[in-house]
Amino acid sequence: MLFSPPQLHIPDGFLTILVSLIFWVATIIIVGVAILKTNQSLGERQIPLMGVMAAFIFAAQMLNFPVAGGTSGHFLGGTLAAIVLGPWAGILVMTAVVGVQALLFQDGGLLVMGANIFNMGIITAVIGFGLYRIVIHQKKGARLVTAGIGAWIATMTAALITSLQLWLSGTTRLEIVIPAMLGVHALIGIGESLITVAALTFIAQTRPDLVETRKSAVDGGRGWIIAGVLVTLLAVLISPLASGNPDGLERVAEDLGFLATGFSAPFQILPDYSIPFLGETTISTILAGIVGVIVVLGILILMGRNLYKPKEIEVK
Amino acid sequence: MHVHAFDQYHFKQSQIHNLDPRVKVLFTVGFIISNAILPDGSWLAFALAWLVLLFINDQSGLGLGFTFKRSIVVLPFALVAVSAIFSPFGEPLAEWNLGLIILIPTDLGLIRFISILVRSWLSVQMGILLVATTQFPDLIHAFEHLKVPRILTTVIAFLYRYLFILTDEGFRLMRARDARSAGLPGIKSGGSIQWRARTTGSMVGQLFLRSYERSDRIYQAMISRGFTGHIRTLNPHQMDQMDWIMLGFSLIILILIQIVGWVR
Repeated sequence: MLFSPPQLHIPDGFLTILVSLIFWVATIIIVGVAILKTNQSLGERQIPLMGVMAAFIFAAQMLNFPVAGGTSGHFLGGTLAAIVLGPWAGILVMTAVVGVQALLFQDGGLLVMGANIFNMGIITAVIGFGLYRIVIHQKKGARLVTAGIGAWIATMTAALITSLQLWLSGTTRLEIVIPAMLGVHALIGIGESLITVAALTFIAQTRPDLVETRKSAVDGGRGWIIAGVLVTLLAVLISPLASGNPDGLERVAEDLGFLATGFSAPFQILPDYSIPFLGETTISTILAGIVGVIVVLGILILMGRNLYKPKEIEVK
Repeated sequence: MHVHAFDQYHFKQSQIHNLDPRVKVLFTVGFIISNAILPDGSWLAFALAWLVLLFINDQSGLGLGFTFKRSIVVLPFALVAVSAIFSPFGEPLAEWNLGLIILIPTDLGLIRFISILVRSWLSVQMGILLVATTQFPDLIHAFEHLKVPRILTTVIAFLYRYLFILTDEGFRLMRARDARSAGLPGIKSGGSIQWRARTTGSMVGQLFLRSYERSDRIYQAMISRGFTGHIRTLNPHQMDQMDWIMLGFSLIILILIQIVGWVR
């Protein structure tokens, strides 16, 4: 194919409906906010720009370079998009990219698209831009290094969350998927990180106005720092826990009802061959999950809004 | 580059091609959701879903085996699900001692693994069928009618339009890199990985700037032609009687599949 192999693009069938729905809810809320923010800041002018930028990400994903032994380094693009276009526009661009990859190339499923957008668009923007936002007023060297580190962590976190989603769906064993996914993506992340830094360097040399601090600072407030650092810390906390002590996480998931829905749908929820959709456990689990996600997101968004100071953008 | 390098649409005259894109989108999404909520191991329902798929394949004039050939794309990801075989639930089937770890495949695990593959395989085929029988711009309008935010559908419409142009641009960059990277056979050429990444990164940056500047030009051109923020279409996309009948019919089919899957 012309583009990178679908390592993070989960196909349909690999996530349960519960996990798919939870991530659809989260994705719809965040993308909805992103739409509001972009509409406020630039309006119709932003649309051709974002569309062409989405096509750029698509085309850039096919540029690769040989690493060793037939493998090649690829570019995923979420971090670069978030840094150059601002985080909200970056999320929209990646949403469009993931959507078209799923629709046109079956690279990632439709029902699981919420999860795919979350992993590849939102997480990369939150971490990639959130960490970059810390040093946005610093010297160029510091910014480039942070962008590189951010790109690597973002790739790793996306892989981690993909693993967790698969595991919550009962599709895979935690102690197998975590080392495998993180191992592969540690390498992919290095490629991503190097390309992101080199691309930023090139853009800063040729069109310094595009990566100047002013633009990104307007698009994303300090809330991004908090979100970025929090998600990074969470990922750093979870990954050793998940790989070193899977039983602990497994226990938590079991208590929350995830593993049961993943594994035993036909065998335990249907004791009397009744209609399954009304099964008390499933409904309550779905509701609890959705409510939990909404509460957490609400808190995050409120935090972000308080810290966000809108400013006027001068359009050239 | 020609449009068909990317576009998966197949020009044919058939009932399926003529259906309103909304009906096709709704049925595809419904079909995938139906697969997802079918219990593990409901082979009869999976078989029924497959028959429906084959029927649509046939009706669309693409040939019975059309989607089968293209459905191989899900295979690499199946690797991820292999560990489901060693599920902690269910009766053990065997015990494999591999020295470091002991693997115990279970019956429930095996059923789950195969069910995941079947679900994924069915769903991806329906997705292939959707884009093979619907032009992509029609698909975007269907999503617009289904209340997907307009800014998103417009961005996707732009993405689709410029995908081909920017991919061409990317190919030109790669050809230029190849033309400047001559080497003698048998002798290692090129620099370290970091050097290669830097070259590729500069290409990405170059592609970015060309895209960015192009989007500026596009915007100016569109403003001069009266662009108001969204792309209009001449195709009215109205649901006629046939579309409603097919929508109702497909709903009945999906419910039937569910009943077969859950009642035993």
